[in-house]
Amino acid sequence: MKQARLLLEDGTLLVGKSFGSEGTSVGEVVFNTSMTGYQEILTDPSYYGQMVTLTYPLIGNYGFTRDDDESIRPYAFGLIVREHAEYMSNWRQEDSIDEWLKMHKIVGISGIDTRMLTRKIRLHGTMRGILTTGTASVEELQEVLRNTPLITDQVKNVSTRSVHISPNIGKRVVLMDFGSKHNIQRELSERNCEVISVPYSTTAEEILRYRPDGVMLTNGPGDPKDVPEAIETVRALLGKVPVFGICLGHQLLSLACGADTEKLKFGHRGGNHPVKELASGRTVMTAQNHGYTVTAESIDHTRLRISHVALNDGTIEGVEHLDFPAFSVQYHPESAPGPLDSGYLFDHFMEMMEHGKDAYEKKGEKVRA
Amino acid sequence: MPKDLTLKKILVIGSGPIVIGQAAEFDYAGTQACQALKEEGVEVILINSNPATIMTDTNMADRVYIEPLTPEFVTQIIRRERPDGLLPTLGGQTGLNLAVELARQGVLEREGVKLLGTDLRAITCAEDRDEFRTLMYEINEPVPSSVIVNTVGEAVSFATSNGYPVIVRPAYTLGGTGGGIANDETELREIVDNGLRYSPITQCLIEQSIAGMKEIEYEVMRDANDNCIVVCNMENFDPVGVHTGDSIVFAPSQTLSDREYHMLRSSALKIIRALDIKGGCNVQYALDPHSFQYYVIEVNPRVSRSSALASKATGYPIARIAAKIALGYTLDELKNPVTGQTYACFEPALDYVVSKIPRWPFDKFISANRRLGTQMKATGEVMAIGRTLEESLLKAVRSLEIGLDHIELAEAKQLTQEELEKRLAEADDERLYLLGEWFRRGLPLETAYEITKIDRFFLYKIGRIINLEEKIAKEETLSHELMLEAKQMGFTDSTIARLRQETERHVRDIRKELQIKPVYKIVDTCAAEFEAATPYYYSTYEQEDEGKKSDKKTVLVLGSGPIRIGQGVEFDYATVHAIWAIREAGMEAVIINNNPETVSTDFNTSDRLYFEPLYREDVLHIIEKENPVGIIVQFGGQTALNLARDLREEGIPILGTSLEEIDRAEDRKKFEKLLSETGIAQPPGAAVTSIEAAVETATKLGYPVLVRPSYVLGGRAMEIVYGEAELRQYMVQAVKVNPEHPVLIDRYLLGKELEVDAICDGETVLIPGIMEHIERAGVHSGDSIAVYPPQFITESQKQQLVEITTNIAKSLQTRGLINIQFVLYKDEMYVLEVNPRASRTVPFLSKVTGIPMAQVATRIMLGQTLEDQGYEGGLWPEASEVAVKVPVFSFAKLRRVDVTLGPEMKSTGEVMGRDRDYARAVYKGLIAAGIHMPRFGTIVATIGDKEKDEAIPLMHRFHQLGFQIVSTAGTADALEEAGLPVRRVCKLTEGSPNIIDLIRKGEADLVVNTWTRGKAPARDGFRIRREAVEHGIACLTSMDTVEALLTTLESIHMSAEPMNPPVVTKKQEAVVIG
Repeated sequence: MKQARLLLEDGTLLVGKSFGSEGTSVGEVVFNTSMTGYQEILTDPSYYGQMVTLTYPLIGNYGFTRDDDESIRPYAFGLIVREHAEYMSNWRQEDSIDEWLKMHKIVGISGIDTRMLTRKIRLHGTMRGILTTGTASVEELQEVLRNTPLITDQVKNVSTRSVHISPNIGKRVVLMDFGSKHNIQRELSERNCEVISVPYSTTAEEILRYRPDGVMLTNGPGDPKDVPEAIETVRALLGKVPVFGICLGHQLLSLACGADTEKLKFGHRGGNHPVKELASGRTVMTAQNHGYTVTAESIDHTRLRISHVALNDGTIEGVEHLDFPAFSVQYHPESAPGPLDSGYLFDHFMEMMEHGKDAYEKKGEKVRA
Repeated sequence: MPKDLTLKKILVIGSGPIVIGQAAEFDYAGTQACQALKEEGVEVILINSNPATIMTDTNMADRVYIEPLTPEFVTQIIRRERPDGLLPTLGGQTGLNLAVELARQGVLEREGVKLLGTDLRAITCAEDRDEFRTLMYEINEPVPSSVIVNTVGEAVSFATSNGYPVIVRPAYTLGGTGGGIANDETELREIVDNGLRYSPITQCLIEQSIAGMKEIEYEVMRDANDNCIVVCNMENFDPVGVHTGDSIVFAPSQTLSDREYHMLRSSALKIIRALDIKGGCNVQYALDPHSFQYYVIEVNPRVSRSSALASKATGYPIARIAAKIALGYTLDELKNPVTGQTYACFEPALDYVVSKIPRWPFDKFISANRRLGTQMKATGEVMAIGRTLEESLLKAVRSLEIGLDHIELAEAKQLTQEELEKRLAEADDERLYLLGEWFRRGLPLETAYEITKIDRFFLYKIGRIINLEEKIAKEETLSHELMLEAKQMGFTDSTIARLRQETERHVRDIRKELQIKPVYKIVDTCAAEFEAATPYYYSTYEQEDEGKKSDKKTVLVLGSGPIRIGQGVEFDYATVHAIWAIREAGMEAVIINNNPETVSTDFNTSDRLYFEPLYREDVLHIIEKENPVGIIVQFGGQTALNLARDLREEGIPILGTSLEEIDRAEDRKKFEKLLSETGIAQPPGAAVTSIEAAVETATKLGYPVLVRPSYVLGGRAMEIVYGEAELRQYMVQAVKVNPEHPVLIDRYLLGKELEVDAICDGETVLIPGIMEHIERAGVHSGDSIAVYPPQFITESQKQQLVEITTNIAKSLQTRGLINIQFVLYKDEMYVLEVNPRASRTVPFLSKVTGIPMAQVATRIMLGQTLEDQGYEGGLWPEASEVAVKVPVFSFAKLRRVDVTLGPEMKSTGEVMGRDRDYARAVYKGLIAAGIHMPRFGTIVATIGDKEKDEAIPLMHRFHQLGFQIVSTAGTADALEEAGLPVRRVCKLTEGSPNIIDLIRKGEADLVVNTWTRGKAPARDGFRIRREAVEHGIACLTSMDTVEALLTTLESIHMSAEPMNPPVVTKKQEAVVIG
């Protein structure tokens, strides 16, 4: 089997076996602790520019099926695993992990001590790395790694280029696509919403022209400050239409309200992150995938209120606007992958669209109780 | 929510004796719970009848009651202690059933005791099939179509209209007792008839068979604030149809996509919410392998065997957290003890694969039906951790100690393909190895799937192991790549050597040259996302070693592996005590063990826990890593001793009694020499290495003779043989005699058996106590009722025991524990056996004498003398109270096993009865052992000729107590001749109504049936005994047990005379009042 190598910024060289596509890839090396959901992770556009290490050692056991895609194609730059399944077994399987990665031209490396790699990332923070199946020397790889510029146009690369309408009989939601996972749209469609997906750069005016009942700010890759135009758009929408933000959408809403964001040491990526909802005092398990966070102190000078916090490190996981019908969460209520505990947030959004903010607050308590 | 401050005193119920379906996991759970409650400043009262547990150590609770787990005794303790709360959810089904009963009797309400953990409605709802089904319909969770029946007829009519096969599940029974799969009406009638009898509410669920689906389990926790988490999910290798306790299990699930995982997770959370459980809960699912369709099979509203496994598999201490939740804490307030920084409200992420394989007792119960079904048969289990599934599985295989280090069974090679297919279809304990054989023959995966319905993923993994075997066998040289692959797949050096026809040593040398050695990784609940300080390790073959070493001196303790007959929780008890003593001495205690049910594998117990096979190669690697000052092997039963022999070759220092001395006690010739040098008598006998020599020896000694293979524990394959033909049969069938493994033949002395445990520092010998066995020699010591202090021997006989024990202990230069078994025959004391190690009776004796024997012994091994510890030699002053240790059997779970007691050990657990006199102690012991003691009624007596003389006076006493005696012709003649009224019934061959009809109709209250081996009625006797066991009627096979029971019954009879109290009592009362 062909060799593959992963070289990290700090000089660590890991040698493993190549699977999936051959080639060379440079990206940020991150880890995700979910034990299932590799396909959803790989097709989550938020991973654009990143090479994903999965901490569970056996990956690919149940194969791949088109049903589980979270976008039209995978965006992750590479996959790092302990063992990729040579054999898969599930009634929905279509492609093996090797076939699938080859099909989508993603470089994979297996046979890696992923626990060691995870510990390194935990200690050092997220690092950049170069993954190759080629024969270049370590020095040459280092050179490439150094010379590859940091990318800042992730959202542009994953957002829809044109408007898509998925008609339905209920509320009309404009979905600002920063790299949306399909399941956000599925959750809205299940609630009979007509979903109009628009490019990230769509202006507030254009959005309001659709006469939406609500605007959905989706998840997406990278630093929220790399899309200042979107921040402007959100600011202009506030108070005019109910807004619900997820992940990058949450960060954009916060920035639009005057809060600040910063990069986390190694981010939150996995399906077991406890989040406390301050209103009810209840903690739920959430799926998370973010490298940036809204800073707590920056909330003080805004009209936002913290609604959710991460139980473990206390970082902000959700905010709501004190004056306008707008709220957002840092985690993924649409799951896929991950726990289905937070689907109720979409119901809140529906309430908000139906009755405005006051009704949402009253009804919200009831739903939570 | 902060803790409930009104709960100042809590009563914790333990699970009682170890039986199949309820093993050491509840000692682990109970111990954790007691510790968790105590550190909150709560006064903990504990009741458990099992003395062999850590939880019943007096330092575990503020007050410990080792009393029968019956509503009467618990009520008495509640009245005396007046606890604020009762926590039953850590005591298994026994605990829950008791709580239900106490609530039903109104005790809890009357005494103002709050039921903690799970409320009554949840318990009954999860247990009562009808209520459970109704609830599932209400919350829209699918259950297989089924019917609740109270009669056989209802069951048959359901099956007739719904079709076979159907599954029968009796309500409120342990480990599926009395259940099964019925393929036709005859089977259905038999199983339901049985099941109804086992169910305390005469209720069975007849269910549409979902056999063949994937079986998945979720371990869920919830607090009073409705925070819910899943600790772990698990996927069974064996599809639905094999009891989950008898299934090979992997964690986490291997073949579930994220959708399926979370579909079931959401369902589990919905169920725990609907049941309003505050604590731990286990939900079992059947998942259709071809769709998203699933069914809820079962819910356990308590900590269970699976939760112990989940705790060890993830590092998340379920029982500990459940206890805190019972106090009112919520999950988000509690810290995750593994990281110390994050919270208990999260879901563990695994970055390894966990395998569990059950340990079955079929090596001991050769006649037992090995087929696996809905009734659990395993006595214990092993767990292994690896970074590949193959590594994890193969580590688990060699942890089992069944003589295998690989999925390769020599016997399987003899099977024809037809036989192979048949056995694969039927599912027995060897299925995994048969699959190995299947792939070795190059047979197709698809056919194996058709036959077994085991997921193709798992079958592929087995095939992959076999493929690698071929590669290893074929390759010219062992390259680095191949060697690494083999090690990463979990192959041992010895397997590789076998495949290459080289020596293990050679393979090891090559491997070392290639610089391939294991690294140790930490089980940390979070896949390395957070820093963890847990010293909980497993080995694998990768890059980074996370093992840490301190400068302190390290002592390695070898654990005792899976619970099996003859090696139970007693050895874990001793192991844990040894660890405590080492830590107290300021050294670091390192434990190697692979049993997920135990306290010793709690990462809190030792300084470092290696969850690894107790297998030569794995242990050696840890020794290389840890470089300990010594190893302690005395507490791990035969497991550790066997390993010690391997380790000696490697020059590893063994602490305590030297191996040479251990050999002197275990090697027949050396032992004889030792005894004759010290002038101690032993039953005449010899070790033989051929069948002819055996016959010759036996003829010389005179029959009956006691035969057994050398080097065994728990009297495996030990038998009393009455004639030559029987001896020849034994030599061929039961043992494989050869010069390396001689067979011991002894004259069988029918006398009183006595047992002594002693501690020796090489100079001084301390004897904590002497135990007298109720059943005479011939019944395995582990199966007889032991009494402390002895009641029926003289002072001079005691002195003699002390002298002999002191003598032997000294001449073996014992450093640590020693156990000696004696037989008193015609006033002469003979030594039967010397075991220079911790025995099964260590916990019992430690508890009744107050001497922490294993700790004292450990300190000796670390260099202290008895004197240093403040002990003198000789017999420790006897307690004024009498304590009896009563064995507990799991016969109801094991079809076709004869319940007759003999030299082969058959019990799975033990209880203790303790009171101010012998009769009361026996009474409590028998009650605690679950023996239903009739105070009046009908005795069915069928006595062999040999025992008739002895039986007559005993039957007289029953008659005087008002019992009606029922017998068949032979016994009846003898009893009538002795002037006893007897009701005659037919023998089995004489038509009906016969004895069995009587038992079936529930007309018998006690069965006395003696061994009539080698004669025609033997098989009738067997059927009668089985029938009694299956109908829950006490069946006594030894006249000695009958005598003990009678003594007790007579004493109850006495005390039931309130108008005429004994004079002594009056005086005592006067003294007290005065």
